[in-house]
Amino acid sequence: MRGLWKLTWTEMKLFLREPMATFFTLGFPLMILFLFGSIWGNKRAKQFGGFGFVDMSVPGYTAVIIASTGLIAVAVSMATYREKGILRRLRATPLRPQTVLGAQVAVFFALTALGMALLIIAGLIVFGLRFGGNPLSVFAGFSLSTLSFFSMGFILAGLMPTARTAQVVAMVLFYPMIFLSGAFIPFDILPKTMRQFAQVLPLTHVVTLLKGLWRGYGWGEHLKEVGVLAGVLVVCVIVSAKTFRWE
Amino acid sequence: MDDVSFEVYAGEIFGMVGPNGAGKTTTIECIEGLRVPDSGGIQVFGLDPRRDGYALRPRIGVQLQEGALQERIKVWEVLDLFSSFYPRSTDWRVLLEQLGLAEKRTAPFDKLSGGQKQRLFIALALVNDPELVFLDELTTGLDPHARRTMWDLVREIRDRGKTVFLTTHFMEEAERLCDRVAILDHGQIVALDSPEDLVRNLGAENRVVFTVEETFNPQQLGELAEVTRVEPIGDRIVVYGRGDRLAADVVNALTSKGIRFRDLRTEQPNLEDVFLTLTGREIRE
Repeated sequence: MRGLWKLTWTEMKLFLREPMATFFTLGFPLMILFLFGSIWGNKRAKQFGGFGFVDMSVPGYTAVIIASTGLIAVAVSMATYREKGILRRLRATPLRPQTVLGAQVAVFFALTALGMALLIIAGLIVFGLRFGGNPLSVFAGFSLSTLSFFSMGFILAGLMPTARTAQVVAMVLFYPMIFLSGAFIPFDILPKTMRQFAQVLPLTHVVTLLKGLWRGYGWGEHLKEVGVLAGVLVVCVIVSAKTFRWE
Repeated sequence: MDDVSFEVYAGEIFGMVGPNGAGKTTTIECIEGLRVPDSGGIQVFGLDPRRDGYALRPRIGVQLQEGALQERIKVWEVLDLFSSFYPRSTDWRVLLEQLGLAEKRTAPFDKLSGGQKQRLFIALALVNDPELVFLDELTTGLDPHARRTMWDLVREIRDRGKTVFLTTHFMEEAERLCDRVAILDHGQIVALDSPEDLVRNLGAENRVVFTVEETFNPQQLGELAEVTRVEPIGDRIVVYGRGDRLAADVVNALTSKGIRFRDLRTEQPNLEDVFLTLTGREIRE
């Protein structure tokens, strides 16, 4: 695993040097939180199980960050590295493929966690954010969701011929997911057919899991979500190990 | 590639030269372990580049054709990063000085000129203090001045005791730089020797070319001992012959006959002629 730390740190600096990507990942969800938070406030409501709008938006928007880093950032970054020949250059060094992938996972995991932390901090300071769960549980659910989405990003990077197509396909998957999963729009106001369709979207399960754990529901009440996300993770890791290409 | 077999000796600059598409990059990438040959065997320091890649890679340095790095990565960051991949590495600060990149230390990759990028790639190929350095089309896209600087650099690398394996489609580059040259055409080695021997074995004639301003029967130069034939082309006269005294003899003969001439130059056969003779065509078509 020689070089892992330095590679991770360098990749992190490089990501933060891209103002658009940084804004999209970290700034945009915050902006949405301020916008809708100031419209709806954070009063306790029955529809949120006694929590407020902002209390449910923080795990919801976290799911959006997970989808954007996992699907878009991971896929585009890997596909770009391959297309430009950066992976090829790395391959001419003693670096192991696991190290290259490990660094990507570490960077985007840290960024996703940072995005969630910013939402929590903003929620606490501005809206008096409430939390009814166990921090470790939430972090475990967050980690499972994040890794599950990263594995989908790696598949996209492996299957798509260019970075451009990887980005387009990632976007096509991303937008329906964030609007139908309950991340932005409360699930209850969607028509029944859409709610049924949303069950095939992995992000729906991330939203349900994170919102549940946030409110203090136990893992036993989320077996379906955990099963789906773990299944996606296992299948995607196997497939992406087979479809991974250095060039 | 068709039946390409050769050996590279420690401490030499070995060049593989040939037109684009001859198979130079395919060959070098097989040796680097980046590509799998369909058949045949390769050994580098007694190791198989495919099977023993992780044992081999710390000992070799690689500069790839059309290399690229992350646009916003800074020069020092690349070197610092690549140093961390190897069990043993040299001080990259010294490399930056040697390669004239010290001022560009904090410049991002996409702000470097073509020559600076190439020098950075060479620095990366040297960062692990390798025993063997691969340089694939090192000077393509560089201006003549940058090309000459690069040649000096490659000689320095060899003089530090390293072996250099390079590919080029510039015959002049191969001739000036390489200790031994393999000429590759359509996936086959058509010749392999030192540039001097390749040219000498061609047995081609030297030429003396000049212009005369008065009427003069050039055939009288044909009587000189080293001259084989004389060919007037317009007002220019080309004298063919062998031997080191050809030019001196021609000048003496012209002077003693009182014939005024100008623009006299001598042309030796070069690697370009070797390629032309062996393949029947110019290297750049």
